[in-house]
Amino acid sequence: MMLTPESLAQIDREVAKYPADQKRSAVMSALRIAQVEKGWLSSDTIKFVAEYLGIAPMAAHEVATFYNMYDRAPVGKYKITVCTNLPCALSGGVDAGEYLQKKLGIHFNETTADGKFTLKEGECMGACGYAPVLLVNNHTMCNHMTPDAIDRKLAELN
Amino acid sequence: MLEIEIDGTKLTVPNGTTVIEAARSIGTHIPHFCYHKKLSIAANCRMCLVQVEKAPKPLPACATPVNDGMKVYTHSDMAVKAQQGVMEFLLINHPLDCPICDQGGECQLQDIAVGYGGSSSRYEEEKRVVPNKDLGPLISTDMTRCIHCTRCVRFTEEVAGMQEIGMAGRGEHSEIMSFIGMTVDSEISGNVIDLCPVGALTSKPFRYTARTWELSRRKSVSPHDGLGANLVVQVKADRVMRVLPLENEAINECWIADRDRFAYEALNSEQRLTKPMVKQGGVWLETDWQTALEYVGNGLKSISRDYGADTVAVMATPHSTVEELFLLNKLSQALGAGSASVGGRYADERLAAAQQGAAWLGQPIADVALSKAVLVVGSTLRKEQPLLAQRLRQGAKRGLKLAILNPADDELFSAIAAKLISRPDQMVEALAGVVKAAAELKQAAVPADVAAAEPCAAARGIAQVLVDATAAEGDRASVLLGNLAAHNPRAAELAALANQLAAITGATVGWLSEAANTVGAQVLGLTSGNLLSKPRKAVLLFNNEVEFDSHDGQAALAAVKQAEMVVAFSAFKHGAVDYADVLLPITPFSETAGSFINMEGKLQTFNGVVKPLGDSRPGWKVLRVLGNLLASEGFDFDNAEAVRKAALPQGEAGIAAKLGNAVNGLAVTLQAAATGLVRMGEVPIYQADALVRRAPSLQKTRDAAAPLAGLSPATAAQLGVAEGDTVKVQQGEAQGSYTATIMAGLADGVVRLATAHPTTAQLGAMFGSIQLTRA
Repeated sequence: MMLTPESLAQIDREVAKYPADQKRSAVMSALRIAQVEKGWLSSDTIKFVAEYLGIAPMAAHEVATFYNMYDRAPVGKYKITVCTNLPCALSGGVDAGEYLQKKLGIHFNETTADGKFTLKEGECMGACGYAPVLLVNNHTMCNHMTPDAIDRKLAELN
Repeated sequence: MLEIEIDGTKLTVPNGTTVIEAARSIGTHIPHFCYHKKLSIAANCRMCLVQVEKAPKPLPACATPVNDGMKVYTHSDMAVKAQQGVMEFLLINHPLDCPICDQGGECQLQDIAVGYGGSSSRYEEEKRVVPNKDLGPLISTDMTRCIHCTRCVRFTEEVAGMQEIGMAGRGEHSEIMSFIGMTVDSEISGNVIDLCPVGALTSKPFRYTARTWELSRRKSVSPHDGLGANLVVQVKADRVMRVLPLENEAINECWIADRDRFAYEALNSEQRLTKPMVKQGGVWLETDWQTALEYVGNGLKSISRDYGADTVAVMATPHSTVEELFLLNKLSQALGAGSASVGGRYADERLAAAQQGAAWLGQPIADVALSKAVLVVGSTLRKEQPLLAQRLRQGAKRGLKLAILNPADDELFSAIAAKLISRPDQMVEALAGVVKAAAELKQAAVPADVAAAEPCAAARGIAQVLVDATAAEGDRASVLLGNLAAHNPRAAELAALANQLAAITGATVGWLSEAANTVGAQVLGLTSGNLLSKPRKAVLLFNNEVEFDSHDGQAALAAVKQAEMVVAFSAFKHGAVDYADVLLPITPFSETAGSFINMEGKLQTFNGVVKPLGDSRPGWKVLRVLGNLLASEGFDFDNAEAVRKAALPQGEAGIAAKLGNAVNGLAVTLQAAATGLVRMGEVPIYQADALVRRAPSLQKTRDAAAPLAGLSPATAAQLGVAEGDTVKVQQGEAQGSYTATIMAGLADGVVRLATAHPTTAQLGAMFGSIQLTRA
């Protein structure tokens, strides 16, 4: 079994939200649940999810590669995604990204040697008023990420 | 009906028509890439932008339904500017490698760039490069050329039934690809080559061998399955370079199966037989036609004199043309040997006796998918009839209820309304259950010979589907019998039951003809009997490789080996090298004029597209000379047309009169539940005829892989066999060792092991009993 019974139960809950012949509608949720369990989405995981939903592996692969919150390679314990879209960029988003790169000693799409942090460039998170923003592990949104705030956040995560 | 105006021309079109279709109906061409009449609308290439009055911006013609009073301008300033803009965007990342691109000269991007693009580009930045993908042995990729029209993606999902190709990534990073590590394995995958408007997907076997403008295009007919797909054979310097579909909505639509497309490689194979050969003292000698035919003539004369004419057997395959089979049959009768046979793979002699006409589809091909319900009995449908399976898939999307009765629950990529999985030797009892259930549902008299049947829930389900489908006046249903029914030792009983079921429910009975000329052979009066069931002194094999084209390859091979004289008429040097005395090089379909009668009873004629290779000659000419040599009357024909006229004096009408699926005077005898293991020996898609066996690229596909011994999970557990185990299989004296595989949808007690493959040819009957042990 590729996924734990707990994860499968969660996927079943998502599947139940759609008509029985449209299980593919649950593909985004199912991939998210699989990623939470596995940390990232390997081809095997994607194929398992596709088969579980009765869709072509390629159909799930399309979704997994389209959205940047799905990770197609292993990531560190904390994945930090910095928004560098225009509104954030105008309010220090690019600076936040550069500061993080310097601080962690890695470039975007890299992981620190201790496997703790992965840095990603993200698209608009719909929180331009709180710019610059970053996401930790897809779920925790951090606002007004000035260098000071970044230092505090990293200390907290460490 | 809606009234609209396109470029000032008034026309009326039905509701729901799109602008691009309306324009096409009056001959106005709107440039497009992603639009295809057989695929869903994507509207992602934006090439078909047109100006519509009162619309503030240009609209995509492919995705814009017509409104009453709509005024469309396809060449206005707004439309031209939009088209030029789109063209410039499309070319930004397209490499300028037309001189080395296989699509060059037949490229829609090239053509439309010339017709609608600007003369130069303003783009000076770097172009993107996309790594190529491995889509298997048939499709070659140059993904940098891709313009992301997604026609290939939509084809695999909508037509082939399984989305094997997709668009991964997003925006500038999007790439067309198959799933990591997977190739495109559909049996109709080659159509994406035709669909690709640029040179991103091209034919791998054809790659870099010719330019489109060097090729002459000649019409032909596919010699493989009973559909008779129409082909355009493209020829350069007297050599077939590639094969493309010729659109015929009533038969193959605009598609062809991969075997129609790629089997041409065999035509240029090194295994082609190019000179008559005679074996003397165990050594093969090349000779001339005169010597070879005289040798055959004298041999046949002396054998009929010494042992009697009935010791001669004449056997062909139904892949031969009408002309060949007519003359062969005439020759056989002139020799006094009775009718020639095309029925090497059939096992039930009762069927030919009871069948009241030439077994055919019972309806036009295009009507099959218009049925409300279709029951397919005994068929690995996708592999036997790739394009008919596709038609049924489209039908199923429109509400056709597809039911199957088969030993294996193979993936059809269609919704299945009801299914009954039964071992091959119990299919009669299973179908009898359906007949009885249908009679009960209809409150009709249960036919006496199925009174004892015990319908299971699945049988009742199928009966319900058929009865529901035919409830309303004018609604039709079909009961179609496939190869696994035709080759079944109880085929006659299956046919009788199919007729009973049809009579009760009002459905139409049809046979899914195995080969291009299966119907033609029956119309011409050839038998489907097994001529090797008694010992023969002389055997004439026409296109027939007995080890592959027989129900029991082992028995057939033994029978020809003990014959005194074996004459093989063949386009290839095949297994007959071991057992024949004479090899006569006849031409394949591409080098002879001829005709096939397809499963709907349609006579399709074709001419040779290239000259016969070496000393090989069209089969009908060889038979004409041999007929004359044996001093028989009536073998003087000037051309293939004259032979055809003699063969089918009343033409199409004569054929129609001979078609019929009724079965008379045959009682069904229900048997007790079978025990022991039984073989399910289907003919693999790329072993079905002489051409596909020798097409190297087809032989590299997954469908051509060496047969595995398939077992249901329960049977495997019983036998203590696990996936991947090596197992020993025994049929009578014959044995072989194979890799076992567990197939979830297989009936219990069945060993699924394909026939007609070099690794299984030594085994026994297709549906015989079989032993299997772990090695």
